Amino acid sequence: MPNLNRLRALSGQSAIVGVAESDQIGNVPDKSPLAHHAEAAINALDDAGLALSDVDGLMTAGWSTLDVGEYLGIHPRFTDSTSVGGSSFVIHIAHAIAAIQAGYCEVALITHGQAGRNDRARAGANLGTPQSQYETPYGIIGPPVSYSMACRRYMHQYGEDRTREAMANIAVSTRKWANMNEKAYFYDRPATFDDYHESRWISWPFHLLDCCLVTDAGAAIVVTTAERAKDCAKGGVGILGAAEGHDHSMISQMPDLTRAFGRNTGQQALDMAGVSHSDLDLMMIYDSFTYTVLVSLENLGFCGPGEGPDLVANQRTAPGGDFPVNTSGGGLSYTHPGMYGIFTVVEAVRQLRGEAGERQLDDCNLAIAHGTGGQLSSTGTVILAAP
Amino acid sequence: MTTDAPARPEPVSQPESDRYWEGAKNGELWLQRDTATGEYQFYPRAFSLATPGGELEWVKASGNATLHTFGIVHVPPHPAFMGEVPYITAIVELAEGPKMAANIVGVDPEPENLSIGMALKVVFTKISDDCTLPNFTPA
Repeated sequence: MPNLNRLRALSGQSAIVGVAESDQIGNVPDKSPLAHHAEAAINALDDAGLALSDVDGLMTAGWSTLDVGEYLGIHPRFTDSTSVGGSSFVIHIAHAIAAIQAGYCEVALITHGQAGRNDRARAGANLGTPQSQYETPYGIIGPPVSYSMACRRYMHQYGEDRTREAMANIAVSTRKWANMNEKAYFYDRPATFDDYHESRWISWPFHLLDCCLVTDAGAAIVVTTAERAKDCAKGGVGILGAAEGHDHSMISQMPDLTRAFGRNTGQQALDMAGVSHSDLDLMMIYDSFTYTVLVSLENLGFCGPGEGPDLVANQRTAPGGDFPVNTSGGGLSYTHPGMYGIFTVVEAVRQLRGEAGERQLDDCNLAIAHGTGGQLSSTGTVILAAP
Repeated sequence: MTTDAPARPEPVSQPESDRYWEGAKNGELWLQRDTATGEYQFYPRAFSLATPGGELEWVKASGNATLHTFGIVHVPPHPAFMGEVPYITAIVELAEGPKMAANIVGVDPEPENLSIGMALKVVFTKISDDCTLPNFTPA
């Protein structure tokens, strides 16, 4: 089990000093995935007042750090290609803390890049995996199919109508935030409750507006010591807590379809940070689907099992609400290139620095960013503090 | 399936799952059981989850199950399923204990035709000369 005393000693000792997206995100036909990695990396280092030559730790997912390191022309002394789905980049923050505090590196660069809409290459299936034997042949392929089955189980346990209402609330609320973020894919397009309920079925019980976007985008994060952060361009956003883990790969082998691993990583990250739920000013929750937000908030302990619909009722999570969730517009309405988790951190850092423009929260001092990867398989949770 | 659609993706059996896929081809569902504890496991593995280091035996399953959850796919996630939508995906709980994924067949793919907890029985769907899939239908 994690040693909480040792983790607490690491709380606040490392900081995020740079975040950025790639130059253009959304529909970007003329950029490769690695171009998104590189643009985001250079932009995030620029945000920190650092250069590629300062980087001695490299982390990425989806690609090997071999490819990204070579493309960037750097020679890292700490390398981590942990790739457990869209949560990976949040998990990399925990790894960055560990590596930096142990002395393996001092400036860790976490990069992401995917051309979800316009990639010229198509990934081939790994036909030896259990998933390719026991799910793929049934057309159980990709997140919409697997997450929709988890959602149907939740509806069975806690009520179909109130679950549906919660999902609609999340879809509409998230779109309102996107309408305040000029980088969001749906910046110019509002969505109403009627739009939600009338949108077509993707995989029942998911409407189109329950599902995240598919975009082209990259992002990067720079992590260093709290000490060195003082000399960076914008100071450091303190990393108070970080936790990770997973409990299955295939959706059919998930121990409980309504309880993902956030049930562990949420409390661990909060305990490491020494803060409680009511201290948090911003909740950045990976929204691959509306259901992912609902179940994640419960798993993280913001409310009990089955109480999520009350937590997100009446647009509490929307602009002006008292429980702000996914202020960038999220994977549902801002961007989602395939593995979105890094973008939860980018937005949290901007809000904590007071850089979020029209959508800036008042007094945003403490934020949680929570990534979910695979088929609700892995989670990574971080607690971040304003500079 | 339309003639233009590519072939459905088929499982590549591994040494520990040969018995399972051979069984399916013969219209039988076979599971591994720990000889000491009697616990069944899905999917087939090279070792016992219940007693790592212990022994496993292959047992022909009853074919009885209940519906744990389901979904109805309207947008094909792979070109091979273009002619198949809408189709029902499910996680079923076998009478022997483990859960597995399957399609529910023999039912119109409408939510009102399915209820969680309903009794199911195994049926076998041949998708090619090389591959037969265990599926489930209302008992």
